[in-house]
Amino acid sequence: MKHATATAYLPSWRHTRRVGAIARYTVLEAWRNRLIVLVVVAVALLTLLSLFARELAVTESERLQTAILASTLRVASVFFITLYILNGLTREFNDKVLELMLSLDLPRPGYLMGKFLGFAIVALTVATIVTVPVAVLAPFDAALAWGCSLALELLIIAALSVFCITTFTQLLPAAAFVTAFYLLARSITAIQLMSGSSLLGVDGFGQKASAVLADALAIALPRMDAFTQTAWLVNDAGAQPALLGIVLQTAIYVGLLLAAAMFDLYRKNF
Amino acid sequence: MAERAISSVPNAVLALLAAALASQLALKALEPRPTATAADLSPAPPIAALRLASLGEPIAAANLLSLYLQAFDTQSGISIPFKDLDYDRVEDWLIRILELDPPGQYPLLMASQIYSQVPDEKKQRKMLDLAYRQFLLVPNQRWRWLAHAAIMAKHRLHDLGLALHYARAINQHATSAEVPHWARQMHIFVLEDMGEHETAKILLGGLLASGAITDAHEVRFLTERLNTLQAVEKSSTASEK
Repeated sequence: MKHATATAYLPSWRHTRRVGAIARYTVLEAWRNRLIVLVVVAVALLTLLSLFARELAVTESERLQTAILASTLRVASVFFITLYILNGLTREFNDKVLELMLSLDLPRPGYLMGKFLGFAIVALTVATIVTVPVAVLAPFDAALAWGCSLALELLIIAALSVFCITTFTQLLPAAAFVTAFYLLARSITAIQLMSGSSLLGVDGFGQKASAVLADALAIALPRMDAFTQTAWLVNDAGAQPALLGIVLQTAIYVGLLLAAAMFDLYRKNF
Repeated sequence: MAERAISSVPNAVLALLAAALASQLALKALEPRPTATAADLSPAPPIAALRLASLGEPIAAANLLSLYLQAFDTQSGISIPFKDLDYDRVEDWLIRILELDPPGQYPLLMASQIYSQVPDEKKQRKMLDLAYRQFLLVPNQRWRWLAHAAIMAKHRLHDLGLALHYARAINQHATSAEVPHWARQMHIFVLEDMGEHETAKILLGGLLASGAITDAHEVRFLTERLNTLQAVEKSSTASEK
């Protein structure tokens, strides 16, 4: 059956309150699941680890501490957000919460938008907590740019997790996909460079094919190696020019992932 | 549970998906292709850090690092001259890769066959010296790269003294039966090129007398070389008289 108008199915203003309620309960769930406490504990432990490394360093101890702290916090944030979202949504799928929601006067994207909005607030909170120790060690401007970039990175991860769990509906394939995506997105530039290298001066079929594949992947993926760079904190490298591109990439990619998630959700039979 | 038809997806969602996809493609089309520059080659991390980062897979890490280092030279569409690379850093990276995977031959191939091809004698010597130092650590596995370095020293650098030094090192240290005779005899031919006919003749005669050469073709070839040396010596003695 072809639907007459999209407005009946996309969240309208009258649904905004319900979307807001879903988002609010998503945030509340994160609080009650002690996600924030877990993040604070992880930040404390990783700060201690960086202090330990600082004591071992012979020279540039502060630079070393900042680099270790920033890089580990970044990975830890992505890890927590991914697992929290995947686990939460898997439970909702298994407990038929989604079906209950859809039985209400709420279009499917309304549920999706409400959940994403809640996850986005959680992601921003995590990014803020994580940026605090970094701001103590690094120049404030650089730390602020790093924190903003981390928040944007977490938004992409949140949208990706929502998309994956909507598509796969199971934890393991969704977690594997998010992990592979993240690793690939962070290394795609290096992969592109490596695939384009021809030391022997012979452009064989295999090399051409791998270069084409790497280029195709680069088109489909956001360049996450450009996000949240430790170099901004330790090398006094200007982060502001890069931020505009990162904001644009995040907006487009989050839109793409949410649209894909809506597409999948609309096609599901319950 | 069959999925619902695509027609059940509202047009607005399809339009949003298409618009987001088009935006992503447009963004990537406008984005410049990543390029490696010589300045981008960062200092090699300490071996302990690399071991930690390899997560117990040093061989895989060494191979990935080789590919990473390889990316800092020729890219599609652009060519970064090797001479623009910081060779101290290149050397450090190659050593780290070898430390991660000592039996690996890739770094020494890069040092002796690739990075030593630059039109900069100092950098050439640096790479040949790296091959020599690494050869001394495991001579029976790494002799071929020093043999290549000896040839490079002879023909490219025209430094017969250095070539002889490398060739003698192979003869003295690469003692495995798997090392071919031509490599272990290399110093004799370098001596010959240096005009040290007498020394070359003695070494060659000693080698043939020792019975270490068993291949008939090789014995014949070396005997002919010995005869040539003797003929050269006789003619030079006659001309002196």
